[in-house]
Amino acid sequence: MTAASIRAAGWGWRHAARTRPAVAGLDLRVEPGERVLLLGPSGAGKSTLLAGLAGVLGDAEDGEETGSLAVDGAHPATTRGTAGLVLQDPQANTILSRVGDDVAFGPENLRVPRAEIWARVRDALDAVGLDVDLDRSTAALSGGQRQRLALAGILAMRPGLVLLDEPTANLDPDGVVEVRDAVVRMLDGTGATLVVVEHRVDTWLPVVDRVVVLDPGGGVLADGPADAVFARHGDDLADRGVWVPGHPVSIERRDVAPGDELLRATGLVVGRDAPVRPPVDLALAGGTSTVVTGPNGAGKSTLALTMASLLPRLGGSLAASPTLAGELGPDPARWRSSALATRIGTVFQEPEHQLVGRTVREELGIGLRAVGVPRAEHAARIDALLQRLRLDRLADAHPFTLSGGEQRRLSVATVLATGPRVIVLDEPTFGQDSRTWRELVTLMADLVADGAALLSVTHDADVVRVLGTSTPSDRVVRLDAA
Amino acid sequence: MIGTRRVAPPTHLDRVNPVTPFLAAVVLSLPLLVTIDVVSASVALVLGLAGLFAAGLRPATIVRRTWPVLVAAPLSGISMLLYAQPAGRIHLRVWLAVISDDSIALAVAIVVRVLAIGVPTLAILAGVDATRLGDGLAQVLRLPARFVLAALAGIRLFGVLREDWDALAAARRARGLGDGGRIRRWLGMAFTVLVIAVRRGGRLATAMEARGFGHGERTWARESRLGLADAVLLGSAVLIVVAALGASIATGAFRLVGT
Repeated sequence: MTAASIRAAGWGWRHAARTRPAVAGLDLRVEPGERVLLLGPSGAGKSTLLAGLAGVLGDAEDGEETGSLAVDGAHPATTRGTAGLVLQDPQANTILSRVGDDVAFGPENLRVPRAEIWARVRDALDAVGLDVDLDRSTAALSGGQRQRLALAGILAMRPGLVLLDEPTANLDPDGVVEVRDAVVRMLDGTGATLVVVEHRVDTWLPVVDRVVVLDPGGGVLADGPADAVFARHGDDLADRGVWVPGHPVSIERRDVAPGDELLRATGLVVGRDAPVRPPVDLALAGGTSTVVTGPNGAGKSTLALTMASLLPRLGGSLAASPTLAGELGPDPARWRSSALATRIGTVFQEPEHQLVGRTVREELGIGLRAVGVPRAEHAARIDALLQRLRLDRLADAHPFTLSGGEQRRLSVATVLATGPRVIVLDEPTFGQDSRTWRELVTLMADLVADGAALLSVTHDADVVRVLGTSTPSDRVVRLDAA
Repeated sequence: MIGTRRVAPPTHLDRVNPVTPFLAAVVLSLPLLVTIDVVSASVALVLGLAGLFAAGLRPATIVRRTWPVLVAAPLSGISMLLYAQPAGRIHLRVWLAVISDDSIALAVAIVVRVLAIGVPTLAILAGVDATRLGDGLAQVLRLPARFVLAALAGIRLFGVLREDWDALAAARRARGLGDGGRIRRWLGMAFTVLVIAVRRGGRLATAMEARGFGHGERTWARESRLGLADAVLLGSAVLIVVAALGASIATGAFRLVGT
């Protein structure tokens, strides 16, 4: 297929359940073969626009469309195979259980003859550099491989327009470059038009022609070559949470004297079923920050969850000091859940796994009740937490309806509610805009200054810098590929 | 289990279209479900096992795949032994349970019958690959593509939900919600998994649509059709049934359910 054009004239979309449109009054022209980086603060409607261009927003039952939107002169919902979309949630892009079948799925739907499908499948996998058996289980792929599989899945459809929604979020730095280069190879081969949404813009600036910034109030805030857009609007965009190159985030860190040792792992062997890496020695003291980093699949999360005594250890020992354990024995694995929550807290990668309440307020109350905080104190403690994490206006909202950044703050609040002295965070800044990032990292720095032992797992180079290398007691643990 | 990768060595059954074992199971079970004598079931069981071995299945593989039936068969036999309508000599009577000549004969016939139907059926079906089954359902049995692909995608999603379940369990322990009533906790987690599954399902539907799905006719990357192996399997099922009923009539043991 030849490269596709995009025309939007006064286009807007309001999801059926919302009162405010996600996108409004959008005028946009993209010529065939252009490569566009689409930016905008959280809630500006970037994902909605991509879904609209892919023709998957649904019909009048799903929402209300205004103005006109056309890909290659036709409404996107009426054409198929013109646009290929890679969604934000990496799990959602994999449809079938085998690599070959998953890539073949698109061409099958486009009624490509059988003989040609397998040639396309092999070409697509070659182009994205995914050199695995066609019968390989899609469940056995790493994060980077999974994203390249998603790219191959749309490449095999030979689309004239490639739409990518945060294709490299949650990949390690090598994986990010791998996926980006796969996209470029694919576009060089087909000449297709590209629209990519990504928070971390540095990755894409070298390969795009143009930056378009959506205005949350409707329409386009800025449009043009990257240099010009950032020169004119850089400060404003940075204030609104866009990651602007040349606007490094910095967070003040106070030096604190390390406190008592709280938790020590000796020869700790971690893994879900079998060991994923050699034994680890790691000690955490109050008032210190430890950052664990390394490639996808190195066992970072597994190590963190085992340190938090949420996964059984496969060998070695984990011992809490008397300062942390109090009247309990030294092995956290033997503690009751309510005792663990007041000593070692964990912020999970997916906030949805952690949230159980029907409202934000109830969410915090549940934790307090579980660890036996007297009922009379609940209201005051909850209010203080809500204020501290800027959730006070959302106190009565359902946790699953919050935005990504709000959910992340709430999951941190649930941990703080029970007052643990060791806090483990698994990819806390993943997918956040720069404003939420700053809030989260500031909060984490404050926790260390207040005497907590922080263990953060991250791919984020800025988190490694701010929480791993700013004060003398900071530490970075680099795990290499398992 | 369907959907997971198999480690069993290749057999002649791999050449069979995955929809054929379903048809063979129907052929095999109908006559065995309306008869109740021990001869027909025994002949079917012996021939069925011989067929499985001839197809290349190892005894260990058969046991591994059919253990639910191996457990269920004696249990159904015991209930027959104790509670079937007593007739003939009474051997033992404890409250409602009566062991008689008739109940012993019935118990043996039931055990052999459950094995004769269950062992060959499970041994073959448990080895069926979900993806090939999907191809067969859509191309051989002409089921709607929407139904077949939704089921295939669902099987994959099921594996992901297990990871969700593990994460939910860990998160509850971390938050101090892991003590006390296990049943109540599991119910709560089951509800959350359901919510997560619905959301994932919605996103999956969008992803499928984004790949051009849902616009009517489509092609299939892998051809699925019936061949010689399928004829052999179905023919064997018919032969087993004929031999089993024939032997039971010839020996005078033939007995229909309810007579």
